[in-house]
Amino acid sequence: MSYLPYALAVWLLVVGLYGVVTSRHLVHLVVCLTVAQSSTYVLLLAVGYRKHATAPIFKGIPLGTKATDPVVQALTLTDVVVSVTVLALLLAVAVQVYVREGTLDPDEIPAVRG
Amino acid sequence: MDVLVPLPVALPLLAAAVLAAVGTFLPAWFGDLVAAVVSVAVTAIGVVLLTRTGRHDLVYWFGGWRPSHGVALGIAFDVDGAGAALGAVAGLLMAASVAFSWRYFDETGPLFHVLLLVFLGAVEGFALSGDLFNLFVFLELMTVAAIALTGYGDEPAPLQGALNFGIVNGFGAFFLLFGIGLLYGRTGALNLAQIGRSLAGGRADGLVLVGFLLVTAGFLVKAGVVPFHFWLADAYAVAPAPVCVLYSGVMSDLGLNAVAKVYWPVFSGPLAAHATALRAILVTLGVVSALLGGAMAFLQRDLKRMLAFVTIGQIGIGLVGIGLLTARSLAGTTLYVVSDGLVRGSLLLVVGVLIRRIRSCDELNARGGGLPVSGVLFAVGGLAIAGLPPVGSFFGRALIEDGATGGYRWLPVVLTAASILSGGALLRAAGRIYLGWGSDREPVLGEEQASPEQEEPAHPPRGSLVVMLASAAALLVVGVGMAAWPGLPGKAVTAAVRTIDRPAHAAEVLEGKPPPHERASAPAPSGTSIAAGLASAAGAVGLALLALFGGLEALARRPVLRLKALHSGIVTDYVTWLTAGIAALGAAFVLALR
Amino acid sequence: MSARTRLPLFLVSAAGLAALLGFGVAGLPAFGDYHGPYGLVLNHVVLAQRHTTNVVAAVVFDYRGFDTLGEELMLFAAVAATALILREAREEEARQVVDSVQSEPVRAAGLAAVPVVILLGLFVVAFGYLTPGGGFQGGTVVALGLLLVYLAAEHRAYRRLTPTQVVDVFEGGGAAAFVALALGALLGGLAFQQNFLPLGRIGALTSGGSIPLLNWATAIEVTAAFVLLFGEFLEEVMVERRPG
Repeated sequence: MSYLPYALAVWLLVVGLYGVVTSRHLVHLVVCLTVAQSSTYVLLLAVGYRKHATAPIFKGIPLGTKATDPVVQALTLTDVVVSVTVLALLLAVAVQVYVREGTLDPDEIPAVRG
Repeated sequence: MDVLVPLPVALPLLAAAVLAAVGTFLPAWFGDLVAAVVSVAVTAIGVVLLTRTGRHDLVYWFGGWRPSHGVALGIAFDVDGAGAALGAVAGLLMAASVAFSWRYFDETGPLFHVLLLVFLGAVEGFALSGDLFNLFVFLELMTVAAIALTGYGDEPAPLQGALNFGIVNGFGAFFLLFGIGLLYGRTGALNLAQIGRSLAGGRADGLVLVGFLLVTAGFLVKAGVVPFHFWLADAYAVAPAPVCVLYSGVMSDLGLNAVAKVYWPVFSGPLAAHATALRAILVTLGVVSALLGGAMAFLQRDLKRMLAFVTIGQIGIGLVGIGLLTARSLAGTTLYVVSDGLVRGSLLLVVGVLIRRIRSCDELNARGGGLPVSGVLFAVGGLAIAGLPPVGSFFGRALIEDGATGGYRWLPVVLTAASILSGGALLRAAGRIYLGWGSDREPVLGEEQASPEQEEPAHPPRGSLVVMLASAAALLVVGVGMAAWPGLPGKAVTAAVRTIDRPAHAAEVLEGKPPPHERASAPAPSGTSIAAGLASAAGAVGLALLALFGGLEALARRPVLRLKALHSGIVTDYVTWLTAGIAALGAAFVLALR
Repeated sequence: MSARTRLPLFLVSAAGLAALLGFGVAGLPAFGDYHGPYGLVLNHVVLAQRHTTNVVAAVVFDYRGFDTLGEELMLFAAVAATALILREAREEEARQVVDSVQSEPVRAAGLAAVPVVILLGLFVVAFGYLTPGGGFQGGTVVALGLLLVYLAAEHRAYRRLTPTQVVDVFEGGGAAAFVALALGALLGGLAFQQNFLPLGRIGALTSGGSIPLLNWATAIEVTAAFVLLFGEFLEEVMVERRPG
């Protein structure tokens, strides 16, 4: 049990990669990218977890109470914002691709190659 | 703490925010003006910071949170010579780009300049930061701004470039962050010096090796090292030329610099016992990039795509310098990427002039269509890329080659071959476009790529043409003329000696102890490296003439066409290569470094 | 690469990658046994140093406030970037799309929820540095409250409520305020982003020095950014495009 959360993080990253590589639709592809990114949330939060500890918010509990790591939570918040911005941007690009090319299949887009 | 240190990041970001808030109410030239003033200021601050890093790094703790008992509470900027120099280069390239494209992006409103300023702020933060997670933040900020700057335009090609850029770099950043998670779980630290101190006592176990793999791979994707380079050629080929100047001139260099910046303080302790194996892996990676970048550059007809592959090749040579793991070759890489970055920026601006005038940057279509002045700039740039003594980058390459130890005496031969290919490609294009030599049909080079920019005024006014050429010339003069700075190689070696002294560097960052001052000297380039430089330049000229007058049919062979076909432009292929590359690199690490 | 060579190459590589990642995470302390110094030290010193009961908020806005500056600018850049990409080929004439909600109960319930959601968001912002919450989280909720106007009524009402030029000012202003507060400390002879306000009584809304101001600047920026992002994507459905 004690390594299960880490295994989940590995699984999410690899399955996200699989989704991207086999994708035939840009929106699906971008969502798979987000799945891969969520592996980093799981890893960061799992790393900072401490058994029998409370949240690092000392309102109404005495100082010195065992609490989880606050830093990884702040890092995850940043990571979530990164994910949202990249998602928004790539979806905007996907919309434009569809408007101009009439397709969302990544194999059919290339105009530059070689 | 030096009050100037946060400004290279704060000024562009503040200017971007204010411009976005009030820009729509102001005339269009206001965006140009703000971008110009800020980039000049950032350049000046970068130069001042560079002069202040002679004896020690500039360590700056944000929020005033100095570390207590060796534990960093906040985020630090750790400005060393390489960081300050790259920061100044970024400012200078942006100033040249803004001058070059004055009033050109009016129709986008303030948005284009807002994003350009955000990009500059991100580049500066990435160059100066000494905190692993903070590097990730600025890496992503760079990517977000760059996706839009690439994808802006009416044609399908920019969108493809932006998509490949965003997705591949996105994965690069996830790998980096996964590595950060591993290192944080082991050490409970994010400051580079502190992580390194915590790891130094231990051995290189699975976590350290995989952490090193993931962090390095994240930066190598940004740098565009083979096999993580596929996105780079697509993105650089379609971005507007003034934006491309920043990508090719400094973004790739920074990705490369980050490898050294993280290896020495963090991993050099536990990996010290495996230095020989690590050296072999990194040098191999660099050599493959240098040769493949050069070869692919030679097979292009689109000048921006050619310069993208030239970038990949040059970054490969830089990686060789880092991978040799000596102070002298590390200093060589710094000089090399700074000088060559400026030259590549200049070449891209010359290509930009061509695009404005004849709406094409295709070598065959533009045959005989260039301005003579541009031709001179382009040819000098091509020779500088080849490493002709005594231009700036020659001193860098000489330091890399002379810094090689033991079994790497063969390096000058391979690096010469790579430089001949890159330089030969550029000189071939120069001969065809500016002198009208050769034929305008070369089936080996393939179809004309989709034209990247649209609605160009075909005859830019004379005044703006002068400004454009002057910006290109300014970058070229600084890049080539760096060699005239007395004692520059010695200064670079002194800085590199400090970088690789891990315990002293950690004490400087975490306890504020001044580092021991050892003035290192750089011996004059050896006879071998001078010969290699001359051979590269002569070889490049020869190769260009051979290609122009002998034709390229001899190249129409299966391996060559196969190599070109690998660069398919399809993002799912690229993610497959990324996965395969990391797995292969990881296997090499695990097998060789245990 | 054809799809037939791509998949086997990927599967082999992915298996290798998974093995490598597994090799890496095996070196982590077992789940729950973490003892790294950074967070432990902060959990002990934050209350005394910053008078902020939510340690995560203190990390976000102060100890690692420089990350947050980058993060805020990232959201800001994403809005500018989306606008640059999407506005490019768009004609400014609205298509005749009937999107007003026909069902009266849905309309009434939806619109009634708008002030409730916005109030909830403001609450999450206001107490964000004392209890769970904060400018990012609350700002998102407020923006969702505004989006309810579109869901319960129609697109035109959403546009009237959030004119781009005005929201742009809030968006840029929020980001600029965050940077300006950091630079302000510099002018006062302190370090960039150092606190220059009295720390206040622990547990009060005025505690934490500059943290409340940074928190509100963030909330404004985040709300405006999401309102603009929603607007840009909604516009896609509503507006005629030039043929590509």
